[in-house]
Amino acid sequence: MKQEIIFRMKSPYRDDFKVWGFRFGEGKKTLAIVGAMRGDEVQQQFTCSQVVKNLMELEDAGKLMPGHEILVIPSANHFSMNINKRFWAMDNTDINRMFPGYEKGETTQRIAAAIFEQVRDYKYGIQLASFYMPGEFIPHVRMMDTGYQNLKLAKNFGLPYVLVRKPRPYDTTVLNYNWQVFGTQAFSIYSGDTDIINKDSAKIAWLSIFRFMHNMKIIDHNMHPGTCSYVLKDDDLETILSNQSGILYSLRGAGDEIKTGDLLAKILDPFTGETRSSILSPVDGTIFFAHHQPLIHQNTVMFRIVRF
Amino acid sequence: MIKTIVSEGLPVDEQLLIRKKIIKNGDSDKRICIVTGTHGDELEGQYVCFELIRRLNENLDFLDGTVEVYPALNPLGVDSVTRGIPTFDLDMNRIFPGDPNGHLIEHTAYEIIQDLKGADMVIDIHASNIFLREMPQARVNVKMSRKLIPYARMLNLDFIWIHDAATVLEATLAHTLNVLKTPTIVVEMGIGMRLTLEYGNRLVDGIFNLMKKMKMWSGPVANKISKPKLSATGEVFFMNAEVSGIIIPSVTHSVDVKKGDLLCQIVDPFEGKVLQNVLSPVDGLVFTMRTYPVVYEGSLIARIFSEKTINEETA
Repeated sequence: MKQEIIFRMKSPYRDDFKVWGFRFGEGKKTLAIVGAMRGDEVQQQFTCSQVVKNLMELEDAGKLMPGHEILVIPSANHFSMNINKRFWAMDNTDINRMFPGYEKGETTQRIAAAIFEQVRDYKYGIQLASFYMPGEFIPHVRMMDTGYQNLKLAKNFGLPYVLVRKPRPYDTTVLNYNWQVFGTQAFSIYSGDTDIINKDSAKIAWLSIFRFMHNMKIIDHNMHPGTCSYVLKDDDLETILSNQSGILYSLRGAGDEIKTGDLLAKILDPFTGETRSSILSPVDGTIFFAHHQPLIHQNTVMFRIVRF
Repeated sequence: MIKTIVSEGLPVDEQLLIRKKIIKNGDSDKRICIVTGTHGDELEGQYVCFELIRRLNENLDFLDGTVEVYPALNPLGVDSVTRGIPTFDLDMNRIFPGDPNGHLIEHTAYEIIQDLKGADMVIDIHASNIFLREMPQARVNVKMSRKLIPYARMLNLDFIWIHDAATVLEATLAHTLNVLKTPTIVVEMGIGMRLTLEYGNRLVDGIFNLMKKMKMWSGPVANKISKPKLSATGEVFFMNAEVSGIIIPSVTHSVDVKKGDLLCQIVDPFEGKVLQNVLSPVDGLVFTMRTYPVVYEGSLIARIFSEKTINEETA
């Protein structure tokens, strides 16, 4: 493994900001993995650190297949992570909305440009991503419907679901989209959590990455084949919006199997504790996404359910 | 009359309220909408709303049509000194046209569009951010420029910047409305978290001038309306910091500079050293200037419009 600085910048008073890359193997640029790009993506940072740790062990054991280079960038925004901010410490811009970047542009455009320059020519790209709404997911692979996506490949992670989603205009500046447009097969792994470390879901995520590497013959490491992935589109998910606001008293979470009429949650009056709304499942299915903040706004996505 | 266009429950004893002031007089169906407060730290539009409504109230008989003023599309942000929407990650001006079945804020964006759709003109007022001061200017997407520039010229601004059609900008309020055939001009002026009364008064004069041309206003208008420079007649240069440090400005905002003029110095207060002399690469007009002193490598320092560059090339 070679550890190298792929971007370095001086700050007026803080320590230098450095983006580190961990390079394994030699040969064709086969796989690039990018971890936390936002300061609260602690789960993604942890997951990526475990990928690096396991790759080092495999390298020591001689189990990296020859002819492949793997690059891991565990963190691209620890200047924000160290001060509990989600977006860039100075101007609150989002590095993951700056791709493909611009080396002569603003700070986060430069960071994005430096990262993209390093990861753009790889055959496969994996981003450990987080979602803009607070909640827990079933671990899954997410791909954008750019016309370049390859669903068959996504199944090699062995995660229960592959979600394909039409990009919206604001998606055109994220890493995953640009990876695909520039010819890399790109996947986003959602392990279910962001600002806390959930060891179980993190392990599901990193094992899925090793399963993918094994299936793509990048590593020689036998492991459980995982599950047969079910491919979903956004429209396949039943969305339940909150019809009231208040304290959210959740009874069911991501991964739970439910039947029509099951009580999923209650929204409570924050003063009297009385139930303002009982949220019942309109379908039989599995909860794919569950809002998990203790307070809930009206008209907010509470659950997304995969229909049976 | 004040009308609530969005009312959604917040968790504890509060509604998210988006409201507009409606001022109507005469028989005309014409409708102009003034919107601002999409970014909670951009406050220049607050004065424009106040002054516009104040003048209208005093001279209502001259109005023939409807003026609708939306002072805070992001009321939670304006009232909590927050650029974005508190509790929501995405920039509000990147989620239009919204989604009736989406998150509360996407749903809100959808309702805003439904409400504005069909207006004869929408002016979307922005105020840069807390870092940069902007000369009064209109921002117009190149695809819409032919239609919008004649209106933008009426607004008493100094500059009209025709920008490229970046995909990401398709999710802005202005682009969404323009696609829906509701003409919308983005005005950018001043600086975040402050009011610049001179700019506000100028824009209000411009809005009355525009209404006069739209035959909605028969009252007096300002004698002198500024003739803005058009970006298509020259080139815009971006000046970014090459080093991190503290900026000491050498020029003020909205001035003409010559090639080689010192715009600012980036210094290291620890060592008492000048790290970079930022020089103008062209003769031109400084229409954007950084006022926030701390910079990282890449931080935008200034934008300069140079008419000369193109002229020289043409020659």
